[in-house]
Amino acid sequence: MQWFLEATTTGHKIALMVFAILLFAAVMAAILFAVDRPKRVPNWIVAVGFVGPTLLLLAVGLVYPALETVRGSFYNRDGSSFVGLDNYVTVFSEDNFQTVLFNTLLWVVLVPLVTTGLGLVYAYLVDRTRFEKLAKALVFLPMAISMVGAGVIWKFVYEYRPDQPGVRQIGLLNQVLVLLGFEPQQFLLNAPSNSFYLIVVMIWIQAGFAMTVLSAAIKAIPDDVVEAARLDGVGGLQMFRYVTVPSIRPALVVVVTTVAITTLKVFDIVRTMTGGQFSTSVVANEFYVQAFRQFNFGLGAALAVLLFLLVIPIIAYNVRQLRLAEELR
Amino acid sequence: MTTTTPVMAPVPPDERRLTRTERRAVAAKNKLSSPAASIIALVIAALWTVPTLGLLITSFRPELDIRRSGWWTALSDPQFTLDNYNEVLYGGATNFATLFVNSLVITLPAVVIPISLALLAAYAFAWIKFPGRNLLFVAVFALQVVPIQVTLIPLLSLYVDAGLAGSFWTIWLSHSIFALPLAIFLLHNFMKEIPASLIEAARMDGAGHVKIFFQVLLPLLTPAIAAFGVFQFLWVWNDLLVALTFAGGAPDVVPLTVRVAELAGTRGSDWYLLAAGAFVSIVLPLVVFLSLQRYFVRGLLAGSVKG
Repeated sequence: MQWFLEATTTGHKIALMVFAILLFAAVMAAILFAVDRPKRVPNWIVAVGFVGPTLLLLAVGLVYPALETVRGSFYNRDGSSFVGLDNYVTVFSEDNFQTVLFNTLLWVVLVPLVTTGLGLVYAYLVDRTRFEKLAKALVFLPMAISMVGAGVIWKFVYEYRPDQPGVRQIGLLNQVLVLLGFEPQQFLLNAPSNSFYLIVVMIWIQAGFAMTVLSAAIKAIPDDVVEAARLDGVGGLQMFRYVTVPSIRPALVVVVTTVAITTLKVFDIVRTMTGGQFSTSVVANEFYVQAFRQFNFGLGAALAVLLFLLVIPIIAYNVRQLRLAEELR
Repeated sequence: MTTTTPVMAPVPPDERRLTRTERRAVAAKNKLSSPAASIIALVIAALWTVPTLGLLITSFRPELDIRRSGWWTALSDPQFTLDNYNEVLYGGATNFATLFVNSLVITLPAVVIPISLALLAAYAFAWIKFPGRNLLFVAVFALQVVPIQVTLIPLLSLYVDAGLAGSFWTIWLSHSIFALPLAIFLLHNFMKEIPASLIEAARMDGAGHVKIFFQVLLPLLTPAIAAFGVFQFLWVWNDLLVALTFAGGAPDVVPLTVRVAELAGTRGSDWYLLAAGAFVSIVLPLVVFLSLQRYFVRGLLAGSVKG
């Protein structure tokens, strides 16, 4: 048994990995073989073979834990006694949690709006230019970088050196400040502006997504619409405002809501760059801190449920807008 | 990134592209000839590239130089070394080479298993008629809204009870489960695009569902599999939350992201370590992404996005 649980050498780990994949393949092959063998099996038995393993995993790994978390949010820190809504009251009344809620609100409003705006302007500007491919690839690239990696990249941009003779700045942003004659700043330490500097990182990562989707939408605007507007003497900014933006409205809604949901659950950036200190924590980070650092499972569960509740209205809005868009067609 | 919303962005039909490109080339020229527009585009492009470039250059500079001056000085006075990478990869305190193996061992099964499961499930939802099919499909689709945070605490205690805690199995299982709703939804969309007549024909020839799945559908779905594969690869390789929760205390299991995040917290001013470490963790996803970008974009536009 030990062999399957503790792999310490590289060879062992790779062997274990191959074993896991083979085990999975063997189990699936056995199931499919079993449902395929008898000639006249009813459809539902075949279906069980195809969907059964998935449904089992989802039930055990997603549905049960989610229900259990909702239950746990009404219990105290180790789940031993029922406390009603106390955990939620704590989240909404204590000072440091109010900072957390305010920061989350800041993130979820700013990131989607700025990201979509930037992505839209950039997609419009480089659309059908000679450099389109390269220009898009540059903005798209951060999507491949982990949020941890992006956090490190930007932490270096914000790096601060004390303002003394003989000490040179090594962070790009502070160097720019010094060149312009300002004093260098501790960007990540001073609340409340430090939250904005973290938000920048998220915008930097997500803009590529916004740009890609919106660029595809811009390209799909029918030629006759653009042509007709041009014949009417519409050009430049007016074209953007009265033709491009209204034509891609459904895509805009999808981008804003998708980015908003991603943003709600971001914890990597905050954790990497400030660890949630200096009043920069957000709900997703606070969940991790409470559940796995403070071992206050009740409070952690309440924060997770809160996250879930915050996601629902955004998705509801998204679905509604898509319905409206389809009715218009 | 775990929940999802459908992205309905229309993709331009390929056959119309040629004439359009010609017609709109003129318009594009006018657009970028305005100096303000070009400057905005240039500034955005620079802001999106320079931070990464700065850290990349830093990762090749000698430790002392990094502490004494900004990376831009290396542009006029280039002094580069591989010492940082040597230290990060094989040094006693960091040993990123082992962590790279961990990340790889975590990622491969966590990509292969959910894709296989989702392909089978998506096939059943698309082409096998069974009672309750639509209801089940909607239920699976709806599971995409559950943030993974909601599942972590009970899942961890399940793993502890099963004696799996701190092993690769917990991470493989978790990533596979979390990926399923989106994967099924995406692959189902692709599968529905395949003409029903093709499947009917195979059935007429006496092929069962298993045979149809492997011989008719799988070959046609390669682009879709590639699209979701790239997606899932990036998601698992870049994940921090799942790995930290289930393997945070197990040095033989932790992936690169966890250690990089830890280094940023504990040795936040050792930029020679952090810069090189960050790039060790970034390089593989970057290569995968650049070589398979076509599929990634297709997946992004066709179905949905992990949130």
